[in-house]
Amino acid sequence: MCLIRAFEREIHVLNKDGLVSGTAHLYIGMEAIAVGACAAMADGDFLTSTHRGHGHCIARHLDPARMMAEILGRSDGYCRGKGGSMHITDRSKGVLGADGIVGGGIPIAVGAAYGLRLMNKSSVVFCFFGEGASNQGSFHEALNLAAIQRLSVVFICENNQWALSAPFVATTAGGSVAKRAAAYGIVGEEVDGNDIDAVFAAATRAAGRAREGLGPALIECQSYRWEGHSIFTRQEIRQQEEIDDWKRRDPIERCRRKLIETQMASAEDLALIETEVGAEIARAAEFAKSSPNPDESSALEDIYA
Amino acid sequence: MRQISFAVALNEALKEEMRRDPVVFVAGEDIGKMGGLFKVTQGLLEEFGAGRVLDTPISEAAIAGLGVGGALVGTRPVIEFQFLDFITIAMDQIINHAAKLRYMTGGMVSVPLVIRAPVCGGIGLGAQHSQSLEAWFVHVPGIKVVMPATPRDAKGLLKSAIRDDNPVLFLEHRRLYAATGEVPSGDHMVPLGTAEVKREGSDVTVVATGRTVSLALAAADRLSEQAIKIEVIDLRTLKPFDMQTISNSVGKTNRVVVVNDGWRTCGYAAEIVASIQSECFYDLDFPVQRVCNKDAPMPAAAALERSLMVSEEQIVAACSAAMSS
Repeated sequence: MCLIRAFEREIHVLNKDGLVSGTAHLYIGMEAIAVGACAAMADGDFLTSTHRGHGHCIARHLDPARMMAEILGRSDGYCRGKGGSMHITDRSKGVLGADGIVGGGIPIAVGAAYGLRLMNKSSVVFCFFGEGASNQGSFHEALNLAAIQRLSVVFICENNQWALSAPFVATTAGGSVAKRAAAYGIVGEEVDGNDIDAVFAAATRAAGRAREGLGPALIECQSYRWEGHSIFTRQEIRQQEEIDDWKRRDPIERCRRKLIETQMASAEDLALIETEVGAEIARAAEFAKSSPNPDESSALEDIYA
Repeated sequence: MRQISFAVALNEALKEEMRRDPVVFVAGEDIGKMGGLFKVTQGLLEEFGAGRVLDTPISEAAIAGLGVGGALVGTRPVIEFQFLDFITIAMDQIINHAAKLRYMTGGMVSVPLVIRAPVCGGIGLGAQHSQSLEAWFVHVPGIKVVMPATPRDAKGLLKSAIRDDNPVLFLEHRRLYAATGEVPSGDHMVPLGTAEVKREGSDVTVVATGRTVSLALAAADRLSEQAIKIEVIDLRTLKPFDMQTISNSVGKTNRVVVVNDGWRTCGYAAEIVASIQSECFYDLDFPVQRVCNKDAPMPAAAALERSLMVSEEQIVAACSAAMSS
């Protein structure tokens, strides 16, 4: 979680220096969802991500240096500079890709689960999407197909309460994404997305059921993005009071308190983590900044296999 | 050699590829027990089981996503849209995902996906079941587009499409399903990207696609009565198309008619015409002619439908015009 937050803060800095190629959608405030859910993943599992995908990639142990190089449009990036922030992918680590289309990754997760079953793999596909995607047709088509085929997909809705400028309550009938699971006859569960243990427990339950062949589940994680919609966002439409209120429910601070209270870690241990994270991000930024621009000739490569 | 229909040839290609490669699977509406609306998937469910022959809900976006996701993890899906018109519901998955994932990941992944669909009008189904949208897909980098004209090519091209590592849109003219012709049994392959000269001639080159190939051959027969010798080229693959075969022919005939039964404006024929103008300009003795469907939604009434679609007469007229000076 600390690594994700530090990574995103560094992206802010790099953007101020004019180094980010295009935009980036920061995950600050939502770290417990990616880390909690991905901790329930096994080797051979896959995930599909979203336009706000840096957290999922770091939680799946992608290299922050190569991620940062991609965001800066450099040749050492995961996609050789062709994807940018919204398309970071590492198939070898099961990350089938961030996705620039809201709801675009949901049917792909279902297809991946179908293909994996065909190949007799017991893998589970973790499908991340935002609350806005739950109003796309692709969400309903994909949940229906996954349910009717009992596919091993854990649908994880990251409800950060806001689309770019539209609040959840004003755009989403029924007031709950999790309850939509009932329409497809699958388990739907709402959890506190700022509580890493709650997310981990729900994801573990859902993945366990899927591995037993009991089909998909939908988990709605309540959380909040601290920053604007993207690093391009200049106008903040949300009330400062609301932002401050959610910052008081900081998932990292909550985790830190719990670790110390339960004596699972000391303040010194946690300080050491922060130091290591700082060093790793500094190394990543240095690597990304020194990575060369991609050669122009590569713009016409990789169109066809 | 044995004669089989276009639909049976496609069916044979699917069966052979599914026997050869256990990760090939088919999915679409009514393709299982029913064997598909046009019977192309008949018998697959019985032979390969429900795991590899998936009767889907009426959810085109999910069908396309099933294909993209399946391809990403290493299977080779062949998805069917009951009519090409229905692909409009799945465009996000095809245009924003299938066509771009390889590029956006810097070549990290590939999407070996075949998308089959019947195309064009001619059977009175009206404007939402008769469109020829090939130009849309040819326009998008990352997709290949195939359109066979004969049972022989239907089998050979579908087998090549399934073995290709890219998304391939495989268009089947619905008036060709019952057409019969010689088809080799066994592993008959036709490589993607190669045109075929169906008839040699020295006066006018007719470049045709899909069903219009047979119209062009009939037009060539009629023109031969006037001693006009038509060379007919079947493009077979619309993208990447075989410019070399076209150039060779134009170098010989110096006159060209391009035929495609999609709409004229910004249609597939326009791209071929433009390529001929730029690559064969000094070979041309007459402006390149275009014969296309007229720019209107397809009506249901047979008489109206006929009036909009490419006909043998129009090809004869275009060739005669090309010979007029």
